[in-house]
Amino acid sequence: MTTATTGRTTVKGAVGTAHTRVEGRDKVTGAARYAGEIPFADLAHGWLVLSTVARGRIRSVETGPVLDMPGVLTVLHHGNAPRLTTDYVGMLGIPDPTAALFQHDRVPHVGWPVALVVAETPEQAREAAEALVVTYEREPHDTALVAAHPDAYAADGHMPAVTEKGDLEAELAASAHVVDAEYTTPEEHHSMMEPHAATARWDGGRLEIVDSNQGASWVQSELAKLFSLDESAVRVRSEHVGGGFGSKGVRAHQVSAAMAATTLQRPVRVVLTRRQMFSLTGYRSPTVQRVRLGADPDGRLRALEHRSLNQTSTVYEFVEPSAGVARVMYDADAHRTANHVVRLDVPSPTWMRAPGEAPGSFALEAALDELAERCGVDPIDLRLRNEPETGPVSGLPFAGRNLAACFREGARRFGWADRDPRPGLRRDGRWLLGTGTAAASFFAGAGPSTALVTAEADGGFTVRIAAADIGTGARTALTLVAADALEVTPERVRVRIGDSDFGPAMIAGGSMGTRSWAWAVTAAARELRERLALGTDIPPEGITVRSDTTEALGALAQKERHSYGAQFAEVAVDTATGEVRVRRMLGIFAAGTIVNPLTARNQLVGGMTWGISMALHEEAVRDRNTGGHYGPDLAGYHVATHADVPLVEADWVEDHDPDDPVGIKGVGEIGIVGAAAAIANAVWHATGVRHRSLPIRPDRVLSAGTGASRA
Amino acid sequence: MAPASSSTHSAITLNINGEKYPLSVDHRTTLLDALRERLDLTGTKKGCDQGQCGACTVLIDGRRAVSCLHLAVAAEGREITTIEGMAEGDRLHPVQQAFLDLDGYQCGYCTPGQICSAVAVIEEHAAGWPSAVTDDVRPEAGPPPLTAEEIRERMSGNLCRCGAYVSIVQAVARAAEAHEETTKEASA
Repeated sequence: MTTATTGRTTVKGAVGTAHTRVEGRDKVTGAARYAGEIPFADLAHGWLVLSTVARGRIRSVETGPVLDMPGVLTVLHHGNAPRLTTDYVGMLGIPDPTAALFQHDRVPHVGWPVALVVAETPEQAREAAEALVVTYEREPHDTALVAAHPDAYAADGHMPAVTEKGDLEAELAASAHVVDAEYTTPEEHHSMMEPHAATARWDGGRLEIVDSNQGASWVQSELAKLFSLDESAVRVRSEHVGGGFGSKGVRAHQVSAAMAATTLQRPVRVVLTRRQMFSLTGYRSPTVQRVRLGADPDGRLRALEHRSLNQTSTVYEFVEPSAGVARVMYDADAHRTANHVVRLDVPSPTWMRAPGEAPGSFALEAALDELAERCGVDPIDLRLRNEPETGPVSGLPFAGRNLAACFREGARRFGWADRDPRPGLRRDGRWLLGTGTAAASFFAGAGPSTALVTAEADGGFTVRIAAADIGTGARTALTLVAADALEVTPERVRVRIGDSDFGPAMIAGGSMGTRSWAWAVTAAARELRERLALGTDIPPEGITVRSDTTEALGALAQKERHSYGAQFAEVAVDTATGEVRVRRMLGIFAAGTIVNPLTARNQLVGGMTWGISMALHEEAVRDRNTGGHYGPDLAGYHVATHADVPLVEADWVEDHDPDDPVGIKGVGEIGIVGAAAAIANAVWHATGVRHRSLPIRPDRVLSAGTGASRA
Repeated sequence: MAPASSSTHSAITLNINGEKYPLSVDHRTTLLDALRERLDLTGTKKGCDQGQCGACTVLIDGRRAVSCLHLAVAAEGREITTIEGMAEGDRLHPVQQAFLDLDGYQCGYCTPGQICSAVAVIEEHAAGWPSAVTDDVRPEAGPPPLTAEEIRERMSGNLCRCGAYVSIVQAVARAAEAHEETTKEASA
């Protein structure tokens, strides 16, 4: 038995100091094992079979010939699969029936799972899956999102569908300058590098799932409900996760693996193929947005209207709340925002990095740039003139709104003061050059979490929390947070995550992960430190304190809590080929306390890189005739690669959430917000042409020409 | 266990990271699946399984290759280097160390492929190979300066969806500088 205290000398200051990732060595040596890489004895392999029609019914699944193929163990389909419970409300609402596999014969979109073939080896499973004949009764389908779709309706999702105040038409009529424009964004896919993978097995009466997800305790709870099991009878582990971006929740891979493991009573692994991911793992819906702005001669807004339409599936209502960003950013005498959806014969969309804010900020911040041009006001000045005192819709006070500081610092570093606002003037050989800016905001929230912090007999500390490190650096950030709360050096702290046995915790999503988990870790660590300060003896099993932040979060004052940012971009446009290249980007953010500058900067730059990708490259195109995608893979769906990404810099201004124990706001999503708008605004500055549809493809640039050539 | 050799399987020996691995493989098995599913060398990642993302990059006879597009049976007799073969004991390869120090990754799933590619890029550049952005491609011009633009061009077969390109390029540049100094010292 040892008597250990946290140390007589107070150690602080881990938070805010750059720290390489605690699992970094494992990642650079290949030792870090992801979900599909944990060995299991007697492992069988499942391969999903997806529908080839966009709407209809399954007439037959001809399993006979396939069951005779070498190595095939079973074929699961709607006629023989275990029954699931779907009438429940989970942590994030009612479940998307997309994950409730093989429960009926209806087909709601191309790429709907219709069977799982399980075999001894992956090669056998794949060949048998490709040989499986499924016949359908086809019905006519509609997969095209159009602006005036007759079936569109206003929908709430996670926020009210419509907000309005004042007389919009009257204020527009009284405005000196009006912008009225439609903006569109395409279907976009998360495309994280690690495909969804899960291995399921029954072990001592417990269903064990090794998975790739954004919240082990969340997936555990959902699977327990789906399979009508007690939560304690399900364990989900997810130690290393190869990216998520909103897509790694309860999906076909875990559910089908669990079904097959139950049926066969042996471990079964299901790994989605890259092409399957395009229909099974969610995506960002295309949007059609209309923004109307009315302003006084000096740019002060009298009227602001932002309407958005997105598509959802026929089985689940998902709202991409693009109009929500206007509720935070700008006030006007008349203010109206509305989110609409239309149900089509397509897969269910889902959260994707900055859901709502990413497409919404493209439309709103591009419209602001158009208004600045009309008013003859600098785009930054225009935004600063419209800074609200309180939440434009809520009327609530802001928990810090450091947007102006971001613009001041960004303008200084980017060299904005020297900018000639006139478009189409700057040339570098065959390239036209331009610069653009845009504002960013993202909600700073937190979700209830539990954490366990143990003082070990050897003088170390172990933190256990069902957090997920999907590339965010959460494991390292929590190490630093725990070290400061315990007042020890980070080397004495070991953080274990990604195991539902550690108790309920917030998911890695909504930029809320690190803040939510850090709160729970801080609470437990502080209480432990107080106990140890009494000079308590530490028994061999250690002393453990458990925290639960449910009550503290419930008592949190209602405020407008957001991160903010100012985005700057310089682009070059080749007028002969239509190619747009980003030459440099700078983002300055006010995102609360930065726990680990090394990883936070990387994550912010990553978000901005997504902005480049969104502005110029990403677009999943659906064939109206088949209802499926053209080229659903990484050759057909382009994401930015090395050569597309110049020196992108991210930095931050002093910021702090006064009501958070660590002051965190979150950095996961703010980096993409406004980034595409800054690039589109720079393309206008280069060419004199407004591009209101993303991505800004070469053919669009060529067919639009330049302001100069049209004059 | 499948028969050693049959109409569907062959007994082969793979030479990986200097070690010999005898195994019987299904003829359909890719080199990538042989590494991951048969030999427990899971450091090589499967991102797309169709040669589009670079996550499965390994070195075959010193040159980079996407292992998902190679059949295991065709890799016999070749020298294969995977991410597990980069470090010397506890000492990381300079490229690995630079990725670690400069945070040249986020989720880590593309990382082994990025590192294998970077190791080969530095060798290819040192050997005088031009790229699509090299201005002077005459053999007598010698290797062009390994600028950020050159690194980006040469690394573009390796996708990183987290968007860690900026720090990856910095890590490759740092490792290349270290490599150049070592080469100079060796020749001095």
